[in-house]
Amino acid sequence: MLTERLLSIFRKEGDPVSKGAQPVGLHSTNATRSAPAIGLANRKSARKDPALTRQSRGLEQFFFNIRDVVGLSVLDCAGANQDNIDFLINLGHKVYSQDLVRNLDEAFGQDLAEQTNPSRIDYFLRQNFDYPRETLDGVLLWDALQFMSPALLNATVERLYDVMRPKSYLLAFFTATERVLQAPSHSFRIADNKAIVLTERGIRPAGQVFNNRNLEKLFGKFESVKFFLTRENLREVIVRR
Amino acid sequence: MSSTPYRTPEPDSRNAATIGKSVKIVGQIFTKEDLYVDGDVEGTIESQENKVTVGPNGRVQASIRAREVIILGQVQGNVETSDKVDIRKDAKLVGDITTSRISIEDGALFKGSIDIKKPEPKPVASAPGPVVARPAEPHSAAASGAVAATTTGVNR
Repeated sequence: MLTERLLSIFRKEGDPVSKGAQPVGLHSTNATRSAPAIGLANRKSARKDPALTRQSRGLEQFFFNIRDVVGLSVLDCAGANQDNIDFLINLGHKVYSQDLVRNLDEAFGQDLAEQTNPSRIDYFLRQNFDYPRETLDGVLLWDALQFMSPALLNATVERLYDVMRPKSYLLAFFTATERVLQAPSHSFRIADNKAIVLTERGIRPAGQVFNNRNLEKLFGKFESVKFFLTRENLREVIVRR
Repeated sequence: MSSTPYRTPEPDSRNAATIGKSVKIVGQIFTKEDLYVDGDVEGTIESQENKVTVGPNGRVQASIRAREVIILGQVQGNVETSDKVDIRKDAKLVGDITTSRISIEDGALFKGSIDIKKPEPKPVASAPGPVVARPAEPHSAAASGAVAATTTGVNR
């Protein structure tokens, strides 16, 4: 009874933790769980406030990799928000901003079949990644890539390779839930160099099933791929160009 | 204590030159006063020392250069300010921003780059420090005029 009471303090309705321990499907030795301290502290407040603040090992790694350098060009695909802009500007960087998930809807709607049209794919890439070669020093893709069909996703990753500078990094989140047809979409705000605020903004069709192996293959042209697994069943992926 | 959430006050167009919502201008606009654009503008807008406001009905396809720019409508073009860019809730801006400060409300749409350029600090005239007379150099021809300032005061 005491155990149940203790567990209820840290549990909210629909919390996957309440359904039992999540299996960790680790295929890469680099995959680790993110520190849950902030996430746990905010679970009670999450009942009233839909925004969840939690630590992000992927974000921490991203900013660690570009520490001590100013004047970089960083693309933030979360959509313009004051928090992200202020954070990146205060680091001394030039910010490129767009809402990639919203732009996906504008270009293709939510029908994944529309994402296989080569001319639409080309239009989407010109609208969203029209940068000179090797311009970007960092790309924060957040969860947008997981809503792309294989054809669009491969073309986007190919374009990212072209527009990113060598040795630069991108951060992308993919759902870690196997055999999932839909995934929640979030807005992401940077709280500090190792914490983010997530606010759910609906459920969307997932582009495909993701696992470490097919993600390594997706980013095969890049120099390295590193995974972090979070309590919210998100796979945070840091990729070095 | 009031529980009403603070809302950014709506820009006041009363003391500004105004382009009404039924007006369309194609060309270059130069102004030496604040400008409120609630119509359509294609071209360029320049108001170096003043404020340009794109009202909720404003549709601007132009580059804008001003001291301050407030956007409530739609802008497609680069924006350059010496002071501040303020993008309000239902605004849409597609273009690159060069400014020293920026504010974006939640709900605003922005696509482009943000380059922060802080204004050059104005040189501050230093207050004259205490004068210390140095002993005249034996071979110095300008000994009578030699002065060494040991401290320099900076006006803050």
